[in-house]
Amino acid sequence: MSGEKRERGAVFGGIDSGSWTTKAVLIDGERTVLGSAVVRSGADLAAAAEKAYAAALAAAGLAPESVAAAWATGFGRDNIPFAAGSRTELDCHARGVHHYVSGAVTVVDIGGQDAKVIKLDEAGRRVSHRMNRKCAAGTGSFIDEMALRLDVAIGELSALAAGFEEEVELGSFCTVFSGTELLAAIRRGKRPADLARAAYKSIVKRVMEMDVMEDRVVATGGVVAHHPMVVSLMEEALGKPVTVPPHPQEMGAFGAALAARGASPGKGS
Amino acid sequence: MARKELAATGAMKELMATYFRDLGEAAEKHTAPVAWCTSVGPAELLRALGFRVYFPENHGALLGATRRANAYLPRTHALGYSPDICSYLCSDIGAYLAGETPLDRFGLERVPRADVLVFNTNQCGEVRDWFEFYGREWDVPVVGLVSPRSVGEVSPRIVDDVAGQLEDLVPALEAVAGTALDAGRLERTVGLSRECTDLWREVLETAAHRPAPMSFFDGCIQMGPAVVLRGTGEACVYYRTLLAELEERNGAGVAAVEGERFRLYWDGMPIWGKLRDLSNLFARFHTSVVASTYCNSWIFEALDPADPFRSMARASVELFIARAEGPKECVIEAMAARYGVDGILFHDARTCPHNSNTRYGMPGRLRRRLGIPVLTIDGDLNDLRCYSEEQSRTSIEGFIEQLAEG
Repeated sequence: MSGEKRERGAVFGGIDSGSWTTKAVLIDGERTVLGSAVVRSGADLAAAAEKAYAAALAAAGLAPESVAAAWATGFGRDNIPFAAGSRTELDCHARGVHHYVSGAVTVVDIGGQDAKVIKLDEAGRRVSHRMNRKCAAGTGSFIDEMALRLDVAIGELSALAAGFEEEVELGSFCTVFSGTELLAAIRRGKRPADLARAAYKSIVKRVMEMDVMEDRVVATGGVVAHHPMVVSLMEEALGKPVTVPPHPQEMGAFGAALAARGASPGKGS
Repeated sequence: MARKELAATGAMKELMATYFRDLGEAAEKHTAPVAWCTSVGPAELLRALGFRVYFPENHGALLGATRRANAYLPRTHALGYSPDICSYLCSDIGAYLAGETPLDRFGLERVPRADVLVFNTNQCGEVRDWFEFYGREWDVPVVGLVSPRSVGEVSPRIVDDVAGQLEDLVPALEAVAGTALDAGRLERTVGLSRECTDLWREVLETAAHRPAPMSFFDGCIQMGPAVVLRGTGEACVYYRTLLAELEERNGAGVAAVEGERFRLYWDGMPIWGKLRDLSNLFARFHTSVVASTYCNSWIFEALDPADPFRSMARASVELFIARAEGPKECVIEAMAARYGVDGILFHDARTCPHNSNTRYGMPGRLRRRLGIPVLTIDGDLNDLRCYSEEQSRTSIEGFIEQLAEG
């Protein structure tokens, strides 16, 4: 798609202004992803949205005029001046997942500072949702904290955990308490690889107790995108496969782009 | 966008101010004995004995609504009261320890000192611990009713037991009041309470109309007289005024929430420090919270002046919060039908397990049984540290999006 000239109205944008990262996705009228980008949100949500949007346009080889409308989602959804509309991330993850996966599903979205379980019926309509309590356990923040304690770069944690030899249990109630447990395990001589896996298991335990994981389970969010062990541990816990759709981290932004498309009278070319 | 304010509120504020000033005068000048009482009674017995009756839960709500609670909680926690217990209790005691009160707006420098504290455990046992703090502080008697909780069927045996406890309270209360209980005065007080309760029910039921002329957020403010002044003629006069305004609104099709699109039921405690924010959030999405468990908790249909003790006992036992999950679900189911709600919002109040009906699977059961969406939000009545503004906003907004999808 790069470099292709498009008529205005053929492209729709979605911005997911998340607590840690801002994601932008551009789609065409057929709902195909043309380009996407992920940047750190930082303290200026509008600037991060501009940056992500510009990067997505560059990735797609498109000029801003090509975009009929961009919609926003995420916790900063009301802070994006160029967004023509907004939907919650609950709605956008549901839309995005329903595009890729048909039938009744349970969506598990694990983000930087929250986790959500969204249930969709056969038609893709939301039936219910649960969000984590006011607590970092079961979110990306928990993984960051555990990586810090293990003195491992966050991007290396999943590979480290893959080399585990022994099952170690960590609590899943509180990030601070789990960190203390991790330090105690280090003192007892437990291996970093085993502790890395234990940290992932802790997240999965916390998420699994948020709701009953019925029907087909689909995982989205930055944690899922960057920590594949979370998915394999979910499958282990559930005893069934967990579907990871394309671009799981950008699923909210993709859903916002779908919402923008859905609100457009012509719905693109 | 804000909901439409009720004109009667000015009269209600004046009524409440008079009540508090009278209480303050009684405590400071000893013009009448002062009794502290749990919000669900037995206020009628106390009024009939000539007490000025003060309700610390109302004070807790004021601390929450004025967003002062969180400043006082740490003082009580530092005394060894857990952050996990009632945040009314902890903020109220903390304010006392700080020598401050939101009643200063009514000219009271401190909460009115009690001559006796009278609890009722039908809603929770923590009210007893709360009152006993002050009992020790002022060396005054703490008496009360150990009324059962998790009541399934309201049997005569349970009612008899509580009625007996009420009768047993009389000598101790007469000793503090310095007067004997006048049976006629008790009957009149119970009669006025019943009248107040009936009027309050009528007020709330106006919201069954489409569009609703008032919302849960109005109810949280308007219930003041039903809590602190039931058993008095003044409360009845006020509710007649309010009822007339609401009926006029219904006649003219005036909505509390402009363009009412969705109607919700609120179960659980209010989040006092967020009433306005939440009211505005719902109004922004043209959603009216038309009914609630909480505001209905001050409807005591059992009260009967012809049989004061047994009827007060029955009212205590029948109270929603004192009931088992089964009867509670039936009440909510009936309310959902009566008010024609599109969904139910459950508030899981961190420090109020007894008034959080989310902990034994009820939301899921009602969702399946009623076939309407339910939502649980985490928060607290007073401790705003337990409430995530962002998460709740997203959850509520997402819920309304879901309702719009049909």
